[in-house]
Amino acid sequence: MTTNLRPVSLKVNGKTYRHVVEPRLLLSDFLRHELGLTGTHVGCEHGVCGACTILFDGQPVRSCLILAVQADGHELTTVEGLSPGPESLHPLQEAFWTTHALQCGFCTPGILMTFIPFLESNPNPTEEQVRHMLSGNLCRCTGYQHIVEAILLAAERGRQGRGAAGG
Amino acid sequence: MKPPPFEYMAPETLPEALAAAREHGGEAKLLAGGQSLVPSMNFRVSTPSLLIDLNRIPDLDYIRRDPDGSLRIGAMTRQHRLETDALVREAASLLAHAAPFIAHPQIRNRGTLGGSLAHADPAAELPVVALALEARMQAATNEGRRWIEAKDFFQGMFTTSLAPEEILVEIALPRQPGRTGVAFDEFARRRGDYALMGVAALVRLDGKGVCESARLVFLNAGDGPVVAPEAAALLQGQNVTPKTAEAAARHAAEKEIEPIGNLHATPAFQRHLARVLATRVIVSASQRAAA
Repeated sequence: MTTNLRPVSLKVNGKTYRHVVEPRLLLSDFLRHELGLTGTHVGCEHGVCGACTILFDGQPVRSCLILAVQADGHELTTVEGLSPGPESLHPLQEAFWTTHALQCGFCTPGILMTFIPFLESNPNPTEEQVRHMLSGNLCRCTGYQHIVEAILLAAERGRQGRGAAGG
Repeated sequence: MKPPPFEYMAPETLPEALAAAREHGGEAKLLAGGQSLVPSMNFRVSTPSLLIDLNRIPDLDYIRRDPDGSLRIGAMTRQHRLETDALVREAASLLAHAAPFIAHPQIRNRGTLGGSLAHADPAAELPVVALALEARMQAATNEGRRWIEAKDFFQGMFTTSLAPEEILVEIALPRQPGRTGVAFDEFARRRGDYALMGVAALVRLDGKGVCESARLVFLNAGDGPVVAPEAAALLQGQNVTPKTAEAAARHAAEKEIEPIGNLHATPAFQRHLARVLATRVIVSASQRAAA
């Protein structure tokens, strides 16, 4: 407690990182500024907009409402961890591409991270379930219609065996 | 939008956390799910000098049933679990009804039952549920533990009867007798926003289907969760119909709550919502009690 710097060791997208952080560093800023994983976006920084959503031990959470020190020993997935390489897309990303579910793209990483575990546990969701889940992510461009379409399309493709939405 | 510097500790045992709470008292804040505390620190509304992070303490995250049928829930149980847990659905279904209204799924993955109760936000769902179900809160220090009744626990806006050196460790929900029904509803401008008004109802019927007792508790209707005992008394001895429910709801909305209004709703509109929502939940709780 005398020193205000603390060691953290965590796994992000399968890779182990060891850093020393100030307790006040938010996990969202740690990912972006310390690890260079700028795919996680920062919008409101009070848990409303959902742009910073990542997977924390497999569950979608707001990375702006968790301190980097709290991630010590945990496993994280960010949007960078979705596709196998720069030449290919995750099936959910591909569905976003097909239905034109993004315009500026700022909210997209948070939405993708929200729906990866959702589609794993709900392979056949109703539109209402999708919209309920989507309520935690704000999009200023699209009016959500194409995002809902993309998620339902990813689910449908997953059911048809054209790449499970879970990857 | 970043918190100012603070000291941080993440004790791995409860006695260690309690010793720190005793030593640092009012200057420290306990960090549970952090879904209210961290935003308020990001806004610099809250500037604790020390955070005592409870997330590394084992055994504060559980849901179990006692032999007497009451439900015991660890204070660090995540809100998401309240939505889906089979025991909760069976023994305290009001929690399962209300939990999906708490903010967004991503918030509920992190937010905890104990954290929300100890935060005592007048607009929050869980304090209302705790009062409606007559929950008891167990507070610990290294000297011992005490039980606090829900009615004594909530002391006003963001204020509870927990002492600075105490940590809320468990919530006990008494077993509800047969022919008891519960319901929860709220109105928000967008899904997941703070509700402009919300209400929980518990209705107990006798063998003839007449209301034996009832409880009505409102959120965002005063400086804490607001119980409406007079409206509940109006229901007692009555057959619950849309008409008797509306009469009780109207009484609560006009006489027993004190909404202060905000940017999106005048107090008069909040009272209107209280009447409409209370009518609905009374009827729905009574139907569940009869089922």
